Amino acid sequence: MRRSLAALPCLAPCLGLIGGVVLFPAGYMVYTSFRRISEFGVDTGPAGLGNFVAVFGRAELPRVLANTAVWVAGVVGLTLVLSLALGQFLHQRFPGRRAVRLALVVPWAASVVMTSTVFVYGLDPFYGIITHALVDVGLADPGTGPLKTPLSAFLWAMGVGVFVSVPFTTYVVLAGLATIPRDILEAATMDGAGRLAAYRSVVFPMLRPALAVAAIINVINVFNSLPILRTMTGALPGYDADTTTSLTFKLIQADRQVDTASALSVVNFLVIAAVIAGYLRVARPMRED
Amino acid sequence: MPRRRGLSAAGAVIAAVFLAPYLVMLVGALKTRAEILRVPPTYLPADPSPGNFVTMWGTPETPLPQNLLSSVVISVCATALVLAAALPAAYYTARFRFRLRLPFLLLVLVTQLLQPTVLAAGLFREFAVLGLLDTWAAMILVNAAFNLSFAVWILHSFFSAVPRELEEAAWLDGCGRLGALRRIMLPLARPGIVTTVIFTFIACWNEFAASLVVLSSADKVPLTVALTRFVGQYDAAWQYVFAVSLVGILPVVVLFALIERHLVSGLTAGGVK
Repeated sequence: MRRSLAALPCLAPCLGLIGGVVLFPAGYMVYTSFRRISEFGVDTGPAGLGNFVAVFGRAELPRVLANTAVWVAGVVGLTLVLSLALGQFLHQRFPGRRAVRLALVVPWAASVVMTSTVFVYGLDPFYGIITHALVDVGLADPGTGPLKTPLSAFLWAMGVGVFVSVPFTTYVVLAGLATIPRDILEAATMDGAGRLAAYRSVVFPMLRPALAVAAIINVINVFNSLPILRTMTGALPGYDADTTTSLTFKLIQADRQVDTASALSVVNFLVIAAVIAGYLRVARPMRED
Repeated sequence: MPRRRGLSAAGAVIAAVFLAPYLVMLVGALKTRAEILRVPPTYLPADPSPGNFVTMWGTPETPLPQNLLSSVVISVCATALVLAAALPAAYYTARFRFRLRLPFLLLVLVTQLLQPTVLAAGLFREFAVLGLLDTWAAMILVNAAFNLSFAVWILHSFFSAVPRELEEAAWLDGCGRLGALRRIMLPLARPGIVTTVIFTFIACWNEFAASLVVLSSADKVPLTVALTRFVGQYDAAWQYVFAVSLVGILPVVVLFALIERHLVSGLTAGGVK
């Protein structure tokens, strides 16, 4: 214990930041979820479970929950599949590989709001350059705006979600591939296993820890993602293209219901914690076999 | 070798896909307002001119010079704060064993699971009570706290990788603990420190969700939030949206490219250990 006390001066700044800006607001949010807060931010007394009843009583909630499940599973699943393929591709040596890897860095480094705003412009029914290109190659009719209806807007937003998540995930796959010794791979192919069988029985199991990290970080990021939906579907009336995260922000900003938003955030947090726990249990990514 | 040429061609297509949105930005930033709203649109500007990069600093939609200043102040201060808090903690946990060492490192890791988005309501309430709503200080604290875990873990792994004997040899040669830290540890862990600084800076620079609820004055919001002010319900100044985006993206892409080699080993080290 004495040695832990001696560590305190070095750990104190970290503990202060975590305590003050992460744990305290987390606890305060849980507290707020059981209080009544006026739209001007005044605490007007205990609410019991009222805020949670209000959250679960919202007519749009089933749709929003379904959207959230599709959003997280779809974006993360597609991102992992594409990144596995792209990582495999970029693991090979060829002239220009470094340039391709650097191109991949751009969507990773760029602000997600800025990237998704390009799509808002590009998909405008009249002056949008992507819509125009789709019309030119015969894939769309003139005057259609994919962001004007909730379903297609949501699907496009998912596409952008995949687009901004693939670079990081591919880099994690590349890092995983770099740890597989070449002779193991050669031995597997020498044993008469085909390329696909060798990949399935040798490469994929060895990528498992790296993929687990990528999957968990992606689930957290995608679940919490606000900028894409806010820019691409935020202007649509109603909640048909909202996830629980974007709904929370609408509650805070448009409706000024911080108490209901707090209750929803507590639910959000429990959901994400359950998803990650479930993933660790089912996929058991760290097992060694 | 035809196979390798085929790979290069496929690589070029992939690179083009990932660069496409940013090329659309560049092309859009070089168009005039009339041209960017033309129906049907033109693929390339008829008369490309960089005028938007000059006029965007004085438009009525948002005070852009102040927004750039906000982004710089918040990101620089938050990065400095992260480094000041993470360096001692990472060094101490890498070199000393004590009972609360693992609980501490796990606590840091758990904060990675929480993001400002899920805590937005709580942060909003906390800063309202503290009177810090709509201040740079609040955003500096938020950015520092939520980027701490990556910094502590990556610095921890870099410090752990420096052989203890090197440090001990320096003590024998008459360096004190601090001297050894300054002359041996910090130089050897420099790639880790540079990676941490750049990665943290970029994360702060791109932060959006917390700024949206904590900051409200037009002259305090950073570039990411200011950008959305150019896109109204009925009208949008796309030429400025893209010019501003390029100014916001270009510096961080260059920084990111510098640490590209170190980044993944750091990310996976932080996650797996």
